[in-house]
Amino acid sequence: MTYRMTFRGSVVPAQPGQSVGAALVAAGILDWRTTRQGGRPRGLFCGIGVCFDCLITVDGMPDQRACLVPAGDGMELGDDEEGGRAVHA
Amino acid sequence: MSADLVVVGAGVVGAASAYFASLAGLRVVVVERGALAGGTSSAGEGNLLVSDKEAGPELDLALYSQQVWREDLAEHAGLWEFEAKGGLVVAGSEHGLASLRALSVHQRRCGVEVRDVARAELHDYEPHLSRELAGGAFYPQDAQVQPMLVVAHLLRLARESGAEVRTHTEVVGFLRDGDRVKGVRTSGGDIPAGAVLNAAGTWAGGVADLAGVRVPVLPRRGFILVTQPMPARTIRHKVYAAEYVGDVASSDAALQTSPVVEGTGSGTILIGSSRERVGFDRTVSVTAISALAAKAITLFPMLREVRAMRTYLGFRPYCPDHLPVIGPDPRAPGLWHACGHEGAGIGLSAGTGKLIAQALAGEKPGLDLVPFAPDRFPDDEEALR
Repeated sequence: MTYRMTFRGSVVPAQPGQSVGAALVAAGILDWRTTRQGGRPRGLFCGIGVCFDCLITVDGMPDQRACLVPAGDGMELGDDEEGGRAVHA
Repeated sequence: MSADLVVVGAGVVGAASAYFASLAGLRVVVVERGALAGGTSSAGEGNLLVSDKEAGPELDLALYSQQVWREDLAEHAGLWEFEAKGGLVVAGSEHGLASLRALSVHQRRCGVEVRDVARAELHDYEPHLSRELAGGAFYPQDAQVQPMLVVAHLLRLARESGAEVRTHTEVVGFLRDGDRVKGVRTSGGDIPAGAVLNAAGTWAGGVADLAGVRVPVLPRRGFILVTQPMPARTIRHKVYAAEYVGDVASSDAALQTSPVVEGTGSGTILIGSSRERVGFDRTVSVTAISALAAKAITLFPMLREVRAMRTYLGFRPYCPDHLPVIGPDPRAPGLWHACGHEGAGIGLSAGTGKLIAQALAGEKPGLDLVPFAPDRFPDDEEALR
């Protein structure tokens, strides 16, 4: 089966076992947050959980690394809120 | 070619010395066996602190350096992200707070600005601080820089004044005329010089050995944890626990950790500090970084929800009496030292460089160098343990 996730109002399909980041890239979405200085686009960089460039909100949980989170059916992906629960609780 | 001064080491102390010596009109050549800021200068937090120093020569040098950073170097401050953020020292108990107040009484007499902060005021300074603390003290003079930018720009400015910088050039010996040092032998050839400054940081003892003099600079390992980026002003000042002051002054070989937490311009939060004497062992210690994380959470409980992205370590160059070595070496005329600044070298570099340049030019230095004399250590190795 193919999972269906949503990001900024679009459906993002994913295969079981794919990461959220891989599914976004496969759907042609290469960036999903911006830098604090200059607002430049960011998406996958290292792809292995080290660089923290690909942060994204997954089902309301901010600051998730898209490259590490396994895609799931019905996932809602959102723009990241930097700092996450720690400072916005 | 010959130089007036060869500086050995392109860390922050060597860069500041080269900058001020070049401004004073000396022909300076900087030799560095690796890359710019490749040792301890790139392995710390970039602190310009007066708050962690007890009354004495190191505090005098810190206050002198404050003046140099804020006056002599003021026009360049933006180049290296100089931020006068201030330091907030917090105590977890009434006993700790009493010690902190006693320390600040002595510091004020020396010219340190200190504001007592009551328990209820702590959150005006730092909204995310633990509610379990007894009180604190705010030090408005404490500041932060990006040390690698400091090194790069000071050396660029020195070159604009005529200095030459040679990286990947290792000192392998000295040119001598009897006891007198007349230059250096390097992997890239000999450089005759009127004076040689040993600014080799944690490796300065080895450079001194090549000249046949003993300068006991030893490595003390410290780790820093780096968190994921957080919103601006999540943590506004350099914040640390009062116990840090005691740990800095300690000579214990075993692992010590005390929480030191601060934000950076890029949003990451730096968490220190650990210190242990393990030689030049670069193995990552999970024990040390776990302790750092746990203690940082005691100060800022919200850090429990924040991920650490990476860790790095450095070797702080310390002398047995915890004072740097600054000035001419009477045992080898022509050889000077500026090394052994332990964990305070970034902050102390500006004052050190200016003092060295003044002394080299034959002027009376702005601060008495006697407490930092290179030949002040006893010959007995055991006395240093």
